[in-house]
Amino acid sequence: MSIRVLFFAALADITGTREAELEAEACLDVASVYARLIDTYPQLGALRPSVLCALNSEFAGPESLVRDGDEIAFFPPVSGG
Amino acid sequence: MFRLVREPIDVPALTASLVRPEDGAVVVFEGVVRGSARGKKVRYLEYHAYEPMALKKLEEIGMRARKEFDIRDIGIVHRLGRLELGECSVAIVVLSPHRAAAFEACRFAIDTLKQVVPIWKKEYYQDGAVWIEGEG
Repeated sequence: MSIRVLFFAALADITGTREAELEAEACLDVASVYARLIDTYPQLGALRPSVLCALNSEFAGPESLVRDGDEIAFFPPVSGG
Repeated sequence: MFRLVREPIDVPALTASLVRPEDGAVVVFEGVVRGSARGKKVRYLEYHAYEPMALKKLEEIGMRARKEFDIRDIGIVHRLGRLELGECSVAIVVLSPHRAAAFEACRFAIDTLKQVVPIWKKEYYQDGAVWIEGEG
């Protein structure tokens, strides 16, 4: 299956990209997706404790399941306003 | 009305577009770019957003505000891109028959926005720039 990954703010700076595609054989949860991304972008490891995730534009926890065609976004705590 | 914009926010025009004859109170909150933060002089700011989700979250805040407070309407506009000192980054307009609910709903909206809307601020100083994480 194919997952579209988005990075924002400091995560986009660190990875050098705002978008990535991830191919996986089986259904993954959010934590596994992040672990796979750390393989490609090791600098993401240090940020793990504070990173937030959204699945199809809704906040998602580490155990949420990611399905084929989903859009998953990782970003730091928000600072708008 | 919920919007993300890249041009300056015209707050009086926004307010005028929302107010109706049945309103007795209009509360407006404006967030503006402050010239110092964390003991450093700020030159300018940049706001980035996860736009589809940010818009959805602004709409949810509006729906909750209308449900939980006795207000008639609410509008929220957040600016993105580069902002200079003193410019308006966010405007919230709440309209209601009476003032108490409008004040409360406005406070609720800005506090919730700062917690759940995926927008990030980057502060530019003389000697570099930093992404702000969480309420700063």
